[in-house]
Amino acid sequence: MQDFASELKGALTQILSMDSGFVEIIGLSLRVSLSATAFSCLLGLVLGAFLAVSKFRGRQGCIILLNALMGLPPVVVGLFVYLNLSRAGPLGWLGLLYTPTAMIIAQTILITPIVAALSRQVLEDLHDEYREHFASLGLGMPAQIRAVLWDGRYSLITVALAAFGRSVAEVGAVIIVGGNIEHLTRVMTTAIALETSKGNLSLAVALGIVLLAIALAVNAMVASLRLSASRLGYA
Amino acid sequence: MLERTGAMTGTVQRHALYCRGLVYQVGERRLIDGIDLDFLPFGISTIVGYNGAGKSLLLRLLHGLLEPSEGAVLWNGKPLSAKARHHQAMVFQKPVILRRTVLDNLRFALASRGIRDRKQALAALERVGLSGLESRPARLLSGGEKQRLALGQAIGCNPDVLFLDEATASLDPASVHAIEQIVLAASAEGTKVIMVTHDVGQARRLSDEVIFIDQGRILEQAPAGSFFASPSTRHAAAYLEGRLPETHQHPSQN
Ligand SMILES: Nc1ncnc2c1ncn2[C@@H]1O[C@H](COP(=O)(O)OP(=O)(O)OP(=O)(O)O)[C@@H](O)[C@H]1O
Ligand SMILES: [Mg+2]
Repeated sequence: MQDFASELKGALTQILSMDSGFVEIIGLSLRVSLSATAFSCLLGLVLGAFLAVSKFRGRQGCIILLNALMGLPPVVVGLFVYLNLSRAGPLGWLGLLYTPTAMIIAQTILITPIVAALSRQVLEDLHDEYREHFASLGLGMPAQIRAVLWDGRYSLITVALAAFGRSVAEVGAVIIVGGNIEHLTRVMTTAIALETSKGNLSLAVALGIVLLAIALAVNAMVASLRLSASRLGYA
Repeated sequence: MLERTGAMTGTVQRHALYCRGLVYQVGERRLIDGIDLDFLPFGISTIVGYNGAGKSLLLRLLHGLLEPSEGAVLWNGKPLSAKARHHQAMVFQKPVILRRTVLDNLRFALASRGIRDRKQALAALERVGLSGLESRPARLLSGGEKQRLALGQAIGCNPDVLFLDEATASLDPASVHAIEQIVLAASAEGTKVIMVTHDVGQARRLSDEVIFIDQGRILEQAPAGSFFASPSTRHAAAYLEGRLPETHQHPSQN
């Protein structure tokens, strides 16, 4: 127990000192996960909106597949990206393995299904509600998609935050394709895994506290968004 | 059945909407059961009938929101297309309100008709008595205010045909009067109005012709004067007196 107390003290000192290595790790984590969130929103919202508004054979199958992909194990995604980016792989010539770009690619693959599946649900509910109004106005598909994307803005930001939360907390994919290289690809989760195994618990605990704080902040944002949406009658 | 008076023949016809052999079937039930209908080419046509008679379904079919199981709706002699809908507007029994401000809801509807002028949107709001509420989140409006917003959108589109499905159902008497004036004005400007109402007084005040439907069939179509003075079917007479018809307990229970 004494150990724990001293580790905690060390962790707090670590956080308060804000030394450059520590800040670098947090910065890279945020950069990788925010980039992955941005790309996954670009892809996922388009896919989700299309599935929400369109009618075609096999649509139900696509939705089931997408929902299943929400639960993709990060290590499997990491392995898949590794196989593609490794020197012998089809994209090996790009030389991306063990770079932040590879980590962004892996996390984008991991969370795009989350964005697509959740936004599909949000947008489909909205579209059902608006269907007759849109039909009466004679709106084409692109105008309908634009309208539901805008009207679903509060819920969609929540979806993006959920995706960000998942990517920033994930370790399996980034450790495989990033390799946890100091000053290059070391992020919070991989650093925690490494430092714990090395017995450097105070750094691990410090990073863990930061991760928790990020999770809390994301959830607080979600809650306040919900609140303002329902105040405006937009829920 | 329909009597055309002399005054009607001189009016320029902006469009013609009619249907032939219209059937809308769900499972075994023929909810709309073989309707042939020529509307007066101008003025206000009112569809009346018991709850569940098929009035809302008929309006949806006429507006092209539902595909008929049999028969067709014709617009200027051609089957209804999405393009025809740009000349029509509809106010639903339950208005659909977007998650935006009042003004943005209105502008969204007008934009679908290529009207992007903010002033025109504000004018439409003023017409339905919503001035001052333009920056309110529209979903927080009261039921009656939502109804007016929907009407403002429809009228702002300046349609050739305006469908109203119980558009004044949740309005206070003063608002009902105001809305009736707006509808009459639109009609005088050449918009063909086809409306559903349960308000017999309103039907009397506004209608040029009345169509009585029951269980998905037209029982009577007559100029308003003669319909209210002496309905030619027992069912219509019972409806006007506020009784259920003797032949069936309730239209929806069969
Ligand atoms: N999609 C549907 N599937 C099955 N039945 C339906 C469907 N839509 C409407 N109905 C039925 O068709 C009948 C006519 O419905 P409609 O909404 O046209 O009635 P209405 O005349 O407008 O009644 P009200 O005065 O209550 O508005 C009702 O019995 C209703 O239950
Ligand atoms: Mg109805």
